Amino acid sequence: MITLSNIEKVYQTKTIETVALQNVNLHIPKGEFVSVMGPSGCGKSTLLNIMGLLDEPTSGLVEIDGTPISKYKDKELAHIRNQKLGFVFQSYHLINDLSVLDNVELPLLYRRGASAAETRKLAMTALEKVGLSARTKHFPAQLSGGQRQRVAIARALIGQPEVILADEPTGNLDSVMGEEIMNILLHLNQQDGTTIVMVTHDENMAHKTERLIRFFDGQQVSDARTAAFNFQQV
Amino acid sequence: MLKNYLKIAWKVLLRRKFFTFISLFGISFTLMVLMVATSLFDHTFGPQMPERETDKLLFVNMVREQIQDGYNSSGPISYHFFDRNIRPLNTPETVSVNSMFFQVNSYINNRKLALDIKYTDREFWDILDFNFLEGNAFTQQDVKGANRVAVINENTREQYFGKAPAVGQYIVVDQVKYKVVGVVENVPVLRVQSYADVWVPVTLKSQEFNKPGLRGTYFATIKAKTPNDIPKIKAEYAAMMQEVERQQPQKGTKLFSFPDTFLESFARAFLGRDQETGLGMLYGILAGLTFLFMLLPTINLVNINISRIMERSSEIGVRKAFGATSSTIIGQFIVENIFLTLLGGLLGFLLSAGALWFINDSGIIVYADLDLNLRVFAIGLLLCLVFGLLSGVYPAYKMSRLHAVEALKGGSK
Repeated sequence: MITLSNIEKVYQTKTIETVALQNVNLHIPKGEFVSVMGPSGCGKSTLLNIMGLLDEPTSGLVEIDGTPISKYKDKELAHIRNQKLGFVFQSYHLINDLSVLDNVELPLLYRRGASAAETRKLAMTALEKVGLSARTKHFPAQLSGGQRQRVAIARALIGQPEVILADEPTGNLDSVMGEEIMNILLHLNQQDGTTIVMVTHDENMAHKTERLIRFFDGQQVSDARTAAFNFQQV
Repeated sequence: MLKNYLKIAWKVLLRRKFFTFISLFGISFTLMVLMVATSLFDHTFGPQMPERETDKLLFVNMVREQIQDGYNSSGPISYHFFDRNIRPLNTPETVSVNSMFFQVNSYINNRKLALDIKYTDREFWDILDFNFLEGNAFTQQDVKGANRVAVINENTREQYFGKAPAVGQYIVVDQVKYKVVGVVENVPVLRVQSYADVWVPVTLKSQEFNKPGLRGTYFATIKAKTPNDIPKIKAEYAAMMQEVERQQPQKGTKLFSFPDTFLESFARAFLGRDQETGLGMLYGILAGLTFLFMLLPTINLVNINISRIMERSSEIGVRKAFGATSSTIIGQFIVENIFLTLLGGLLGFLLSAGALWFINDSGIIVYADLDLNLRVFAIGLLLCLVFGLLSGVYPAYKMSRLHAVEALKGGSK
């Protein structure tokens, strides 16, 4: 699904050179739920941004479904993001001026051939999946943190992406709400077969996924199956 | 998609009311000034009563003599020049001779009344399309017989007769008694070719008819059969002028006189050189002034737009993450800005209507009846779109270049 080969990301200013990622080699197969852990500043979010085609590596190769995307232009990258990827951010990044329904419909605005009626139907289905179909006309400011994150998940879902990239989706939530969000993501992975890559600081959450990759100082230090995976295998 | 953009645009407007007020005030005030100027321009040069068929009308306002030592003299044409040289032209459908307007005094019940009087032939009434409220124009017989008859405007009727009908009544203007044969709607003073308070037969000035020389106190109004004949009339006129020049007793004298559209004659009066009307330069100056006038509010709006869009960097990041290309983002912000500008334009229209009412009511321009007709509306709409594009493109382009990750980092939570 997503393959990263020899990825390096260096941020350069006039005086300082910061290596965010170094020699990263990863393959995320279809249908896997992977969590990425590590201390702050270790390059987890940078990794997710590169996987999500929101950022370019300084060197190395990114492949989506076996196709290298290094020569793709803005329009082609936008198309892949729209068709294949969905994003969930720690701080939700909902558009406060739009209603819940309008926020969820957003990805389909950029998809050709999606009729208004069809878009609305898909948005309702996505909101039902996250248990928020009664809040369609509310605005983000009227919702709790957990509800906002569920709207963000519905927005990520509506385009039926193959991969959801979640950057600390429970980071701003208390443990109960975090648990709810995690259950929704697990359900998506197990029932719909959606590939999920989740950055997290929470060991408990990470151990609910089937694979855990640890980063330290921009380098991948471990990549292992979790007990949850072993349990699933049994 | 458009609905989504407009929803956002509306919410953004409501979010920062002071910014919105500044933006809308700038746009609407600028557009109001431009719309009033456009209306004034249209009122002066557009096809309006009584010069409705502007595409078929030409005016000869003056002749300029340039004598060999560089001495120049210019002024309206003489009756003699018209009669000998313009009347015989073959291409026009009709030609008319009419005088400049002269201010004369009248007295009604010991009250002094300043009136502008114009001497015209019968053809003047055939060429121009006055709105008659009573009666008709004077006839060819009236002109031939030098009858003391007059057509007056609405305002003069009111001054003399109040609300009562005027046709058949007598008025004394400049100590001459005239019988009123017709009453027309007021013609604004900006229509200098046709404007007057009182129109009387040109033959009442017959003592001037045989005065030799090129210059006098008359204008010629020429009507072409079709708009396509305009260049032919100009060519025939130019050939006639060459012949007149050749016949001048003082060798080396150059003559300049042209049948111009009203706008050309205006341009020639201020910017013309020899054969050039100066119309291109006039358009250039008007476009330049419009551009300069729009520049300051545009820069202001660009700055406001940049700071407004900066607040929305998170939204830009999200849109990019979910598949918006840079050009889609540019499109969105331009649509939003055009929406804002059209809103400002709408306010501008209302302000313009108020300003035009004030101008009409104040009498600053005699008999002005400025209005917001379809032409002015179309130009106003065009100005709104240009304004919207000018002030929206740069901020939109700048923000569309924002890196998605940076945009998301800069966003509000």
